[in-house]
Amino acid sequence: MVIDVADLRMTYGTVEVLTGVSFQAHRGEVLALLGPNGAGKSTTIEILEGFRIRSAGAVSVLGADPVDGDEAWRARLGVVLQSWRDHARWRVAQLLSHLAAYYRPYSTPLRPRPMDVGELLDLVGLASQAGHKVGSLSGGQRRRLDVAIGLIGRPDLLFLDEPTTGFDPQARRDFHDLVHRMADLEGTTILLTTHDLDEAEKLSDRILVLAGGRILADGSAAQLSRQVEGRTEVRWTRDGESFVHAADDGTAFVRELFAQYGDRIGDLDVRRASLEDSYMALVHRFEAGDREVSSGLEMLR
Amino acid sequence: MSAADRTSGQPAQLPAGRSANHRPVLGAARLGVVRGWIELRQSLSNRADQVWIVLINAILIGVLYFQRDSELGSTGFSLALATLPGLIAMNVAMGGWMGVTQQLAAEREDGTLLRSKATPNGMTGYLVARVTVSVLNTLLGIIVFIVAGVFLVPGLADVSVGGWLMLAVVFLLGMLATMPWGAVLGAVVKSSGAGFALSFLPLGVLVAISGIFYPITAIAGWLHPIAMVFPVYWLGAGMREALLPAAAGAAELGGDFDTVTTFGVLALWAVAGLALAPGVLRRMARRESGSALESRKQAVLQAWS
Repeated sequence: MVIDVADLRMTYGTVEVLTGVSFQAHRGEVLALLGPNGAGKSTTIEILEGFRIRSAGAVSVLGADPVDGDEAWRARLGVVLQSWRDHARWRVAQLLSHLAAYYRPYSTPLRPRPMDVGELLDLVGLASQAGHKVGSLSGGQRRRLDVAIGLIGRPDLLFLDEPTTGFDPQARRDFHDLVHRMADLEGTTILLTTHDLDEAEKLSDRILVLAGGRILADGSAAQLSRQVEGRTEVRWTRDGESFVHAADDGTAFVRELFAQYGDRIGDLDVRRASLEDSYMALVHRFEAGDREVSSGLEMLR
Repeated sequence: MSAADRTSGQPAQLPAGRSANHRPVLGAARLGVVRGWIELRQSLSNRADQVWIVLINAILIGVLYFQRDSELGSTGFSLALATLPGLIAMNVAMGGWMGVTQQLAAEREDGTLLRSKATPNGMTGYLVARVTVSVLNTLLGIIVFIVAGVFLVPGLADVSVGGWLMLAVVFLLGMLATMPWGAVLGAVVKSSGAGFALSFLPLGVLVAISGIFYPITAIAGWLHPIAMVFPVYWLGAGMREALLPAAAGAAELGGDFDTVTTFGVLALWAVAGLALAPGVLRRMARRESGSALESRKQAVLQAWS
């Protein structure tokens, strides 16, 4: 178990930001943390990173409580935060090489640290910017450097807070390949936050939806769709006339449709609820105060 | 690599003890010196920094130039010879106190500090780099003044080896007396702007009342005890004692140089600062987080809009 969080609570003054968050992450797993602004995503990640002290609950990250995490523990984490503007005067490869050196004492035969700077620059697509000043990079390049710094220590666990902000479609795809590569080849566990639901679906093995300070849903994108929306939209034409039906079981409905009308059915379109539909429905219902949704989802876990 | 390592699925742990605790810290301290050296070179090759360094040194050397023929009181010594130690003293206070405050405040704001916190032993490296940059920067300023002084200030060539040795000791003690306090202020201010104002203004006042540019005897008597509480006055006194002939002590407040009190007051400030700074820095580091960074950024944006 790489991350084990049980009944995590966080209170600022009288405001309860986290009201009992529980989840786990295993080795090599990619988790996406979704949720509206102010849901407590960053607070959760900062507690796991050891940057913030929780109010209550049990947290274990790489076998240690982040509050007591020492430098050897720190060496096994990679952190990519939202806004970095640091080291503007440094050159890209110079900064990476400097930060890399801090990880050298923590190298193990199984996990040689740090990663090779040239190789890493290739991986994130910054090889031709190696000699550029950090302050002269574009927003997307700067972000890629942030990701490279997060990876330089070959982390066992990587935190990514909205990693693809400012990426063009090509950079985004390259980044997705990189995440898969780290998870599959290096066994890196990755916890990321994003507002891009398409990205969450493509990248993650599991999605956690955080709203109102607790986890509303925990499962794969497909599980979420089935559980939340539950209905499949089926469109077809019969004898030139258009029909729409929201079916609980799309497959059974279509089977029956063909059994009944056979060749007369045309333009068939079966659409399962997208992650976006599920997510919006979930958050809306939560905000409308429908607690049954969330308690229903609890059973899924 | 043992079979147990391979089957556990967990990365092998570092052996406990020395290699896990002490070596990385020493390594990080070495990296901090490297970092300081890199940052100093960056600063010296940065156009804005170059303009600032040339300008400030030109003004101060200009002061020496115009004073070279004036006399210090009725002692028969060049006024420039009395001002030079003052400039060196001010340079130490600026480098140790203002420099550290501003850099710490600015680098909390831009995320350099948080980056260091996210790196194993990164804080050790960062703080060593701050000390390295401050000491080297200040030393560089002192060298510029002394080289200029050799050409402009009559009597500087007569300074004994003992005098230069005393200058070195007062310099080091002065750095120790000022840097920790700069770190404390840099750690508690809300923004880099506040860091500049809160370090520059008190220093300006202390320089004005401590007899840095003119003998303290020319300043109202009730200000003397205030000036004498702070290290700027004693830095000046120590540097004067190092560079001026013994007879120039007649222009000092007590009518002579007071070596013991000079070292005593500077040492007291150093000890108190070194006792206070680690706790304040730890508290600052503990509070540093991505959202703290973000909210400071928002505050800056709002202040400008």
